Order: sequence, then structure tokens, then C-alpha cells
Amino acid sequence: MTSIALEGVGFVYPDGTRALTGVDLKIGGGELVAMIGQNGSGKSTLVRQLDGLLRPTEGRVLHDGADVAETRVAALATRVGIVFQNPDRQIFAGRVRTEVEFGPRILGRAPDEAAKAAREALQVVGLADLVDANPYDLGYSRRKLLTLASVLAMNTPVVVLDEPTTGQDARGVARVQRVVRELAAAGRTVIAISHDMRFVAETFARVVVMGGGRIILDGSPDEVFAEAAWPMLASTYLEPTLAARVGVRLGLGSTPTEASLVDALSKQSSGILPT
Amino acid sequence: MLELHGIGYRYAGYATPVLHDIDLRLADGELVGVVGANESGKSTLCLIASGLAPGSIGGGLTGSLSIDGVDMARQPLHAFATRVGIGFQNPATQLSGVTGSVFEEVALGPMNLGLPARETVERTKAALATLGITDLAEREPRRLSGGQAQLVVIASLLSMRPAHLVLDEPTAQLDPEGTRLVAEALRELASTGTGLLVAEHKTDLLDGLCSRVIVLDAGRIVLDGAADLVLADSRLEAWGVEPPSRIRLGRALAGRGSDPSAIADAVLAR
Repeated sequence: MTSIALEGVGFVYPDGTRALTGVDLKIGGGELVAMIGQNGSGKSTLVRQLDGLLRPTEGRVLHDGADVAETRVAALATRVGIVFQNPDRQIFAGRVRTEVEFGPRILGRAPDEAAKAAREALQVVGLADLVDANPYDLGYSRRKLLTLASVLAMNTPVVVLDEPTTGQDARGVARVQRVVRELAAAGRTVIAISHDMRFVAETFARVVVMGGGRIILDGSPDEVFAEAAWPMLASTYLEPTLAARVGVRLGLGSTPTEASLVDALSKQSSGILPT
Repeated sequence: MLELHGIGYRYAGYATPVLHDIDLRLADGELVGVVGANESGKSTLCLIASGLAPGSIGGGLTGSLSIDGVDMARQPLHAFATRVGIGFQNPATQLSGVTGSVFEEVALGPMNLGLPARETVERTKAALATLGITDLAEREPRRLSGGQAQLVVIASLLSMRPAHLVLDEPTAQLDPEGTRLVAEALRELASTGTGLLVAEHKTDLLDGLCSRVIVLDAGRIVLDGAADLVLADSRLEAWGVEPPSRIRLGRALAGRGSDPSAIADAVLAR
């Protein structure tokens, strides 16, 4: 388990664009955290601070209480695995198998262990039949799943997913959801950036909302999608799930997911809630 | 009018076709959604409708594609440029890589069409304003976030004002506000007579935007009809397509609660 803390983190890109301001965030080992916010609100920049791909220009990043400023990216890579938004910035190998074995090999695992880790990871994402395919012969959605497998195979205690459901159909989204839950069950931390509010509400225990390079909300889906928080969501151009909106229209309180809405309705009709 | 007749297609180096017997007519000003599971043929259909397959990437095409009555089989690839635009799924693939600012990137298309400078500048400003990205004009295209890049790519297509436009998941990386702006821009474009074909997983976006929706399954059109009917079809999930939220939620809540009609109203209110 690796706990992560950001203390007063600010970040300015070399071209002068400020992406983060005064970010304080603590994420405990095994937490399931979604990060939401409008495009350009700093989500991707923030997660790149976690494994040293970017270093904060202000403040500090701690892993298990220790400042990582002096830790090499290679060492941080054993703790934090990031699946990028754009799979084509990650894929380099000519074969699916080689692509997924690369991570564990570079972390120093023996060839047979790396091969086993790769097989298991490909099984989890549903690409087991394509071990010998060329990644660039795969469609976009499968290339996304391939990069997910590559990071899973590294078995890092922290897994960061940048828009994991982009380009996935209903089955693909369900598969990503299952992978996230299995990681959580194994005690690993998952941090995911997403614009898919239904995926966020159904999958994550905690939701961090970014706006203008700052954290503007941080709570459970119940709290973040509650009516009182809607103006805050609107300020970063987000809107709650349809289930949340319907729940409020029906006077049922905060019902971010369809399941919670159905549940609240049955409580209402059985007289537990006022009608 | 963009017409596909009896289209079949296999990629270069592969024996098995990925599209079969595709018949499709896209009228001027029509906004048609394309849905289907991953690997059902949506992206391939986009490549064919825009002439890139086989024009640019090879492969074996059967059947015919005609645009405004012209059979495109004997036309050079550049003849497609003014007739049909395409937006790729991955915006990073589409950015030209030869411009130093977003403004230049969006101006590149009209400039290459040989338009006068004044009109190029006007179109570029209008496209940026339509998508709410005027403030990105001076930014370096390579340094944009995924969602910003997607908006820039769509602005680059708008500035070319193509007679037909094919978009492969144009909002995949966009936040809800960006998605809303793109939807408005597409609606506006259709109202000026552009025929649009939009492949999307987000049925919530197509719901209310498209007049017609086509479902692809394993490379074939299995359903083609009015958007309201197609998006409410009970077979969608079996084809790997998520029904729109209002349909799904309406089903989940049907018959529940003490006042079912109030629930239906609450689900359908926009």
C-alpha cells in the first residue's frame, strides 16, 4: 500500500501556462478516487505529478510521507502506473505480448514471470486471444485496453487511469468497471480521470472535482452529485447524472446512480420516505 | 447527397471483409448517427465514406460510393477534400503537426483550399468562436489537453465548410460543456445543408441531435430508422449499444413508486 499526498502543489508549464494552483490532496492506500472537471482543468497534469513525469513547480508530492522530489522516475514507476488518455503515446512494440511484457521486464522481473504477468493482464482486459497481433492492427478501443493491460502487468500499488472508458462500448465500459473493482478488492489504489459521470458515480467511492487548476469539491458520489453541489459542478461545466437529477425532481434526495434511485423509490413507496 | 451502394470492404493484408452490403444515403442537411459495438465497423464506414479507404490506406472495396451524383471510384483523393471532411477518433492523429498555433491549425484547411486571406481569417475566427475556444488561438497545438485538441480538430473541419462531414466519435474526450458546444455546432452545420454522419458510443448525445440512427453489427447495417425508434429498440443492448439514459432509466423505474406518471415526467424533463 502506498499513500499519496500533495501539499500546496502548483504547476506551470514551460510555455507559461498555469495548470495547477495550491492543490492539497491525500489519497490513502486502497482508495478508489475519480477526478472530474472540464477539459483543461488540470486533471491530467495533476496525475502526472504522482509518478514524477512532471515535477511540481510549487509545493511537494509525498509517497508514504516521503518527499519524492529526489526520487528517480524509474523508482516511482514501481509504485505508480499510469495509463495515458491517448494509447498511441504509450504503445511502441510490434506485438501485443511484447508490449505487455515490457513493463514487468523493465521492473526487473524474470522472463517467465513477466510472461505470466502479461498473460494474466491480457486475460483480465479480454485480449488473451490477440497476444501475437500487432497493436496497430487493433481498433482504438482495443488499443486502450492493451495499454491498461500493460500497466496492470506491472502490479503497481497505485494505478492511474486517464479517461479509461473513452471509445469503449457498453461491454467495454463494464469490463473497465470490473477491472477497477478487482484492483480495489486486491487493496490497490485506483485514481481515474473521467468525463463519464455515470461510470464515476457507479464505480468510485470518492470523487474529486477540479476547476481552474484547483480542487473545488471532494467527497462521495452522494455528496458531489447532491443538489447543493450542482452550482459547483456547473462552475466547471459538469452536470450530475440523469439519475441524480430525477431523484431531486422526485424529492428523493441524492441518488447519483440508477441503483440508488430505484432503491430510494422503493423506500418511498413502502412509506419509509415521505411521498 | 452521399450514397453508398452495396459496399463491402477488407483491409489490406486481410482476407476477411469487415463490412458487408452497406447501403446508405445521406441527404443534404441530414444528421445521421451510427452506433454499434466496438469492432462493428463504425470507423471503417467513416473511412470509406470519406474516401480514405481505399484511397489512402488501400484494401479491397466492392460496391460504389457517389457524392452529389459523381461516382467517386475514378476520382483522385484530393477530389474528396472539398466534398467530404472527416474527423478521426483520436485528435492527436489529425493535428497537422506543421503549425505553431491553434489559429494557424484551424486556418490551414481554408488556406489549402486556396481561399482568400480575408475569408480564411473570418472562417477561422468563426470556427473558434463556435466551439468556445477563441482563448486557445495562440496556444501551441501539441501542448493542448486531449479535449482541447478534439475541439481544435472539429474547428479545423468547420472552417473548411465541407458539403458532407463524417465524424468518428467527435466528443469522446470532451467534457459535457464541450460536448454540448459540438452538438450545437453540428446542428447549425446541418441547418446550412451539410450532411453529417456521426459515429458515437454516447447515445445520450445522438438522442435529440440526430433525425436518423443506423446500427452496425459485425459489419452489417442491422437497423436504420428514425432516431426515436432506433434508440428505443429493445435489441440495442444485444448489439452492444447502451440505450440513452432516459430510455434506460425509464425502463428501470417503470411501474415503480406511488405515482408512475410523475416518475416518467421527471425522467423525460430536459
